[in-house]
Amino acid sequence: MSWPAALDPAGVQSARIAALWWWFFGVAVVVWTLVTVMTLVPALQRRRRASLPLMPGGEPFLGSPSGSQPGEPLVIAPLVPHDAARERRLLVVVTSLGVLTTLILVGLLIASVGTGRALTSEFGKEALEVDVTGHQFWWEVTYPNDTPALQVATANEIHVPVGKTVRVKLQATDVIHSFWVPRLHGKTDLIPGRTTWMWLRADRPGVYVGQCAEFCGYQHAHMAFLVVAEESGRFAAWLGNQRAPASIPTTPAQTRGQEVFLHNPCVMCHNIRGTIAGGAQAPDLTHVGSRLTLAAGTLPNRLGHLAGWVMDAQGIKPGSNMPTNRLSGADLQALLAYLRSLT
Amino acid sequence: MPACWREQRLFRGSEPSSSAAGVRQSTLSPGPAEPNLRYELPDASNAYAIAQGKRLFSWYNCVGCHAHGGGGMGPPLMDAKWIYGSDPEEIFATIVEGRPNGMPSFRGRIPPEQVWQIVAYVLSLSGNVRMDAAPGRTDEMQIQKPENMRHRAVPQPAPGAHP
Repeated sequence: MSWPAALDPAGVQSARIAALWWWFFGVAVVVWTLVTVMTLVPALQRRRRASLPLMPGGEPFLGSPSGSQPGEPLVIAPLVPHDAARERRLLVVVTSLGVLTTLILVGLLIASVGTGRALTSEFGKEALEVDVTGHQFWWEVTYPNDTPALQVATANEIHVPVGKTVRVKLQATDVIHSFWVPRLHGKTDLIPGRTTWMWLRADRPGVYVGQCAEFCGYQHAHMAFLVVAEESGRFAAWLGNQRAPASIPTTPAQTRGQEVFLHNPCVMCHNIRGTIAGGAQAPDLTHVGSRLTLAAGTLPNRLGHLAGWVMDAQGIKPGSNMPTNRLSGADLQALLAYLRSLT
Repeated sequence: MPACWREQRLFRGSEPSSSAAGVRQSTLSPGPAEPNLRYELPDASNAYAIAQGKRLFSWYNCVGCHAHGGGGMGPPLMDAKWIYGSDPEEIFATIVEGRPNGMPSFRGRIPPEQVWQIVAYVLSLSGNVRMDAAPGRTDEMQIQKPENMRHRAVPQPAPGAHP
């Protein structure tokens, strides 16, 4: 059994958040145990008869309302006799517990503020920039570069080098989304009309799952992404591959598949660099064959899933903007061969 | 109309999408009388369909020639003058077949159910859909009232159109 992602940090910020969580948890357990004990113990104690006040006839006074006879004054008598020393002890105990509670809360506040400040510790460092734009219901990822030929556009997958600060620029096109990779950091919203920033650093290689953390519509629950942290050599190789234009079809099936792509609704929304398909509304498919998932983490990137996604996206992810398509069997097979060749 | 029907999300498109090939542009035919095929476009009373039409109107770059209804290189769509007819079937044919003088043909590029959504949105630009189904705001610069507040521009019959 593994820890929940937020308590299994792999980056500097999530490590601080997890540490704060454990402090809060520890303090809460201790306080809760004390309070429970101090509530239950007196409640379960049997009241000894000897401590009750006695009536003139010798029987214990259990507290009955006086004033039942006409003209008799109403007297409210306490069940416990007045004991000044005990009262003073109680006063000291309760006051000191109140002071202790305040001190604990102030301490937790200081820890919180300190953690909040530590979350920005990567700000200002030399960083790789990644631009993430949130759409309904997928993540557009670009690696900007001053040289246009070196720019990279992909979707739903972010590769970062291990141990290096990454500055993520967050924007949205339609509604508010939120970027959350629990093993690396907390949540930061992507707000239309506004740019927000986040600094990440993955300290261990691995594949970290992220998801949208702000309800954005019908398929908010299926808007995941992956952050792949790899050592610098592999990252550079990946980036170099992404910069290249799409693979040219080599087999007859792939050639036919490219024709199918360009003569069907695909070409209206999708972009494959190196062909005339230049749609800007849907994920970039230039290197779709080498991605780990499809449909923003909803499906594994395998042949059957890709076929289902192309033909009946509304059955898999109803409410997403991918339409259902009508292709003949032969056309579909050719298209799949072409898309899977785009590694 | 109950809001549950009006707001229903028909993700695979509504009924006419399968009848794309059977769209007629005239109710006249020889032999026995055909039932009146001028149907009420289901999408025109479905708020989700019209909203999708609005999205697709921008995505597929209809705004490039028609702007947001005001026209430019293409004719305006928010007025009462319909060169090629204002019936849903005629607008469908305009989009799918293309028209002389520059309207491209989108056959094979836009799936039929999406064309019907765009047809419903085009009708809303001139106030020709139910007010409670038309969109209420736009994300672009507002040129006039939102679609659900437009007075209905009653379509003038196109020259030579069927009755």
